[in-house]
Formats: sequence, C-alpha cells, structure tokens
Amino acid sequence: MASIEVRKDTCVGCGACVPACPYGVISMEDGLAIISDECYLCGACESSCSFGAIIIRQDKSEKVDISEYSGIMVLAEQRDRVVDHSTLELLGEARRLADSCGQEVLAALLTSDCGDWPARLVEHGADRVLVTSAAELTHFRTEPFTQIVSRMIEEMRPAVVLAAATTTGRDLMPRIAKNLNTGLTADCTELVIDGESGNLMQTRPAFGGNIMATIVCADTRPQMATVRPRVMKALEPDPARAGEVVEFPAAHGELDSRTEILEFLPLEEGEVDITESDIIVSGGRGVKDSTNFALLEELAGLLDASVGASRASVDAGWIPYPHQVGQTGKTVNPKTYIACGISGAIQHRVGMQSSDRIIAINKDETAPIFEFCHEGFIGDLFEILPLVIKEIKKRRS
Amino acid sequence: MRIAVAVKQVPDTAEVRIDPERGTLIREGVPSILNPFDEYALEEAFRWRDELGGTVVVITMGPPWAESVLREAVAMGADEALLISDRAFAGADTWATSHTLAAAVTKLGDVDLVITGKQAIDGDTAQTGPSIAASLDWPQITFVGKVRSIEDGHILAERYVEGGIEVVRSSLPAVVTILKDANTPRLPSLRGKMKARKLEIPTWGIDDLGLDPAETGLDGSPTRVVTISTPETSSDGEMHRGTPEELAAVLADLLLGEEES
Ligand SMILES: Cc1cc2nc3c(=O)[nH]c(=O)nc-3n(C[C@H](O)[C@H](O)[C@H](O)COP(=O)(O)OP(=O)(O)OC[C@H]3O[C@@H](n4cnc5c(N)ncnc54)[C@H](O)[C@@H]3O)c2cc1C
Ligand SMILES: Nc1ncnc2c1ncn2[C@@H]1O[C@H](COP(=O)(O)O)[C@@H](O)[C@H]1O
Repeated sequence: MASIEVRKDTCVGCGACVPACPYGVISMEDGLAIISDECYLCGACESSCSFGAIIIRQDKSEKVDISEYSGIMVLAEQRDRVVDHSTLELLGEARRLADSCGQEVLAALLTSDCGDWPARLVEHGADRVLVTSAAELTHFRTEPFTQIVSRMIEEMRPAVVLAAATTTGRDLMPRIAKNLNTGLTADCTELVIDGESGNLMQTRPAFGGNIMATIVCADTRPQMATVRPRVMKALEPDPARAGEVVEFPAAHGELDSRTEILEFLPLEEGEVDITESDIIVSGGRGVKDSTNFALLEELAGLLDASVGASRASVDAGWIPYPHQVGQTGKTVNPKTYIACGISGAIQHRVGMQSSDRIIAINKDETAPIFEFCHEGFIGDLFEILPLVIKEIKKRRS
Repeated sequence: MRIAVAVKQVPDTAEVRIDPERGTLIREGVPSILNPFDEYALEEAFRWRDELGGTVVVITMGPPWAESVLREAVAMGADEALLISDRAFAGADTWATSHTLAAAVTKLGDVDLVITGKQAIDGDTAQTGPSIAASLDWPQITFVGKVRSIEDGHILAERYVEGGIEVVRSSLPAVVTILKDANTPRLPSLRGKMKARKLEIPTWGIDDLGLDPAETGLDGSPTRVVTISTPETSSDGEMHRGTPEELAAVLADLLLGEEES
C-alpha cells in the first residue's frame, strides 16, 4: 500500500511543504514536518521539498514497457463532416511536441465522409492520418468511437494521445483511458515533453483555477490528455507538407451502440455558444436590470461578440443561464473579455481568467477585478458604454 | 428503480484565498463541503424516484469524515448511504476512484442508474462519471442538461454540447453526469435531517470490495501530481481614469485596435 514518510534525519524544518499542501494537513512541530492521517497522498509536498525529506512510496506491480510507444496521436473532432478548429490547434501543439523529441504526429479521423479533411490535417501538421469511414460515424457516439480509437491505440502504440477538452473529448477520453488502464489528465493548458524521462508534463488549472498542477503518467502508456480549446496555436496550413493517409476500417461489432442520438437541436438564430466567441461582453450586477443588457448587446453586435454574465445577473433573471460565466457556469477563454459591472469574485474569475485580454469597467476602484484585469476602466458603465458605442460607429463611418 | 448517486466532499474553493506576500494559498479554515455540482445529481435522482418509486443510495469514497456529505444528502432526501473508505484508497486519481466506485456499485447489485455531478470543484476533471461507466461496461450520457423520461428500461436525456442539444436515448443500466441546468436542488427537510442524524452508514473497505491494493489509491493511479504552483496573476494591468469621454476614446482604441491598424 502506498505511504508517505518524512525522513527525520533529512527534514530541516524549513516549512516549505506547509503552504504547498492543497489540503492543509502538514504542520511543523519541533522543527519537523508532521503530516496528519488526513493526507490524500497528492504529492504536492514531495515536490516542494528541496531536501528530499518527504518520500511517497508507491507499490507498482507490473510495469508496462513504455519504450514500445512512440508518436503523438490527435483525435480529430468533427460535426457534420466539418473538423473542429480545436483539432487544428491540437495538431499544431502535437507537431511542436513531436519535433521536440523526434517523433511522428498521427491524426485519427472517424467520420461518415472525410472529404478533403485528411489532406488538410496533413497541411496542419499530421504525418499520418488514420481514417475510419462509416455511416454510423456521422455523429460522435461514445461506444463506437471508444472501441475504434482503443484499437487504433493498441495497434499504433502512440506515446501520447490528445483530444480537445470539449464535451466530446471529455466523454470519450475517460472511457478509453479506463479501458486501456492508463492515465488521463483533464483540460490541460500546457504540455511539455521532459527531455530526460520522455514523460509528458501536463499542466492544468485545478481547485477552481486557484492552483496550477503539473501531472505525469510515468509508468503506463499512452499518456492521455484533454486540452483546453483556444489555448494552443494551430499552424498555418502548409500545402507542401507530405503525409500518409491510412484507411482503418471498423471491425465487426465496433459500430454497435447502446445509445442512439434521436435528434440534434442546433442553437437557434441569435443564440450563441459563448465559449466559441472571440470577444465576450459580459455584464454583472452593476448592469442593474434586464433592459440595460440591451446596451451590452448593442456593443456586442458592433464587435461581433457574444454576451456573457455573472451569476448575480443570471440569478436576478436579467439574462438566461447559458450566458453565465464562472465556476457553475461556462469556462471561456476568448481573445477579449469585457467585464461590465462585475466585481470579479473568485467563482466568476475561474471561468474567464485565461482570456487573452481582460477589460474591466467598474466604478469601484477597489473591485477585485482590477487586481487581475489587463485594462481597467474606473467609471460608470452607463456613461462609458454609450459613448464607446457612439465612438465606434463614428470611426467606422 | 434504484439510483446510486456518487458525491464527493471537497474543500470549498470559493473560500481559498491567495496570500499576496508569499503567493501561496491560504487554506486555514477552508471548510469542506458537498461538491456543489453533486446537489444537481442528487436532485435529479430524487425527482425520478419520487415519480417512479424506488430508492436513492448516495455513495462517497473518501476519508471517514467524508461521512458528513452523506448525511447532508440523506437530509436532502437520499434513502440509503454508503461510505467507501480505506487507507488503501488514499491518493486515488480518476482511474482508481472510478474503479473503486464501480466495484461498490457492482456489490450493491441492483442499481439501474448511476448519476454523478458534472465535475468536482477540487480536481475539476469531469472524468469520474464516464470512467465509472467504462469500469462497469455500461453506456453513458454525459453533460445532461435535462432528463426527459425514464421508461421501458431506457433513459432519454438532453446532452448540452457545443452548438446545440443532442437528444440521446440509452438502455439501462447506465451512467449519467448532470449539469446545473437540469433542476433546482431541494433544501434539506426536517424529516430528512432527523433521518440523517440517526441513519447507520455502512463503511466498505478494500476487503469488502474484493479489490487488490495495486488497483486502488495511489498505487492504482496511473497519474501523479508532480508540482503545484499558484498561477501568475497579472497585477500589472493598465488602469485608466478620466472623464467618461476620455475613457470611451481609450476603450474604443483598444477595441478597434487591430481593425484600424
Ligand atoms: C458555489 C458557488 C458557485 C458560484 N458560481 C458562480 C459562477 O459560475 N459565476 C459567477 O459569476 N458567480 C458565481 N458565484 C457567485 C459569485 O461569488 C459572486 O457572487 C458573483 O460573481 C457576483 O456577481 P457580480 O460581480 O455581477 O456582482 P457584484 O459582486 O455585486 O458586483 C457588481 C459590481 O458592479 C459594479 N458596479 C455597480 N454599478 C456600476 C456602474 N453603473 N458602472 C460600473 N460598475 C458598476 C460594483 O462596483 C461591483 O463591483 C458562485 C457562488 C458560489 C457560492
Ligand atoms: N471520491 C468520490 N466519491 C464519490 N463520487 C465521486 C468521487 N470523486 C468524484 N465523484 C463523482 O464524480 C463527479 C466528477 O468528479 P471529477 O471527475 O473529480 O471532476 C463528481 O461530481 C462526483 O459525482
């Protein structure tokens, strides 16, 4: 059974492990770190100790021969035969990782009709594209995708498998990882291959974005990760890139499923999925009532943006829940997030802090949002927004 | 109909503050709570039990004091509670957690539906639900914003996905992960609170589940956290003051920046 131990002869009592523990179960007594039984064995303290005084022992029975695995595999995501932009971002990232360790990039495309996508995936960085075509693969369905991708992985033995942290990736990847008895790291924002060990260092926000955790999967393969959309950069398509397209037909029974999709109801005209917008104009309690949201909508219309909201304005009924950003709403990372009359409470912050640029308008100089925004405007949104709208219209005409 | 709901005790991340001097987390006095997303999982189970009859059993894997979230769930309306607790389960990642929870569901025997929250607010992975489904080899419907019906051995639900809603039908038994959109959780009732106080909660350890220590806890976890750091915060943001006209001009510059250059 796994255990944790503080080596009394090595611990110097520096106390560095105390704040490192996310569960707060380490204390210092007589110049020695004491770890209580409440320890979750998460490992944060072990890495914080510069003296090697904290040791976690793990019993690993069977070892997988990790040297048999090589290459970075990207699972392409498509809806109605159109590949999602997140896939191209992953290919860019996979290319960078593969070049850093001299490996190849594989893309897996499951679809009813691949069109010219295999060639386009090559242009975006893939060396080989595995294509499974079948009418049953028009839409993502958990079981057929799990079975086919699992067999692809068993046959190709990639060292790394990446999918986007979308509802598809987050449905599919845990199922595959569990079946293949390997690790999966959720919603990563940074990936690096460690030159020495060859392990993928997977960094991701956790604890509501309060901490960044770096996770490795050292003893099993492949190392699987879902990656937050819009964080990685896609490559410019290069028509000169060469790559191979390999048919990977579904085997008997692999297309069977105990779930069926009866229908897909696309968002109605005017309804937008805020997670897919480049710009979000978001309103909080400072907007004061639902009619004032028209001001935000007007600005959003000019900027081709969508409208977001804090929980306070959703709870007040000014705007429906699909617009809510934050811990119990959506996580967004647009290029620009404009927070109007939002205080920046931690639950809101965790849903938008990875935006490239955060602009805040708030009349309270001490609002927490000003502690982490990139551009802060201290003032009344009812005065500023109409003038901005006017100014944008004037400059454009 | 027997519905099992998996719930987790988590530190209230909302209460976590960052020490500005040292850049570390202040965790002192951070209370442990029932994972907020799991309240929606519980409510969905209660709704269908109330409609179809049957029982709701709430399960958690955690340290002995995680029992408090089970009592909270019972106060809200759960019929039975089960604590999965053993030193050998400590340090579990989602692989080992789901493996252990699936073993508990199998031992319970007559479960038709497992409901989990969308994600836990400490790990934020959303992986445990689908991994339980994989362990049990049951079908799954994730990111469910609405359960439309449960009848004839099937569940019909709406998955809220990028760009729209997928209406999915699955045979039972199945695993469902629930979004906040699905319902409004009920508050604990007086009767529930009385029941919660009195209820004997069984604890199952590794021997009860017949698991090998190599497949549970840290030993059974393929992933490991190697470092934890606090994210950089951009305290160097640019602050703008002035008349509304001045501010509007600067803001328009920022917003139109790329367009104009
Ligand atoms: C478990 C849990 C989950 C939660 N999940 C979420 C979540 O997902 N998303 C979320 O947003 N919140 C969430 N919250 C709530 C969160 O803690 C805050 O209460 C909420 O974000 C506050 O919203 P707000 O900033 O709009 O309102 P307030 O905090 O009231 O802030 C309003 C701001 O507007 C400013 N203002 C007022 N009038 C004007 C004006 N005329 N011009 C300019 N500025 C003005 C004020 O100075 C103030 O800073 C959650 C809470 C809990 C406990
Ligand atoms: N230790 C646990 N015990 C019971 N249920 C859990 C546990 N961990 C996670 N879950 C369930 O799985 C969901 C997703 O958790 P996570 O994968 O950690 O984000 C939670 O909302 C719970 O319903």
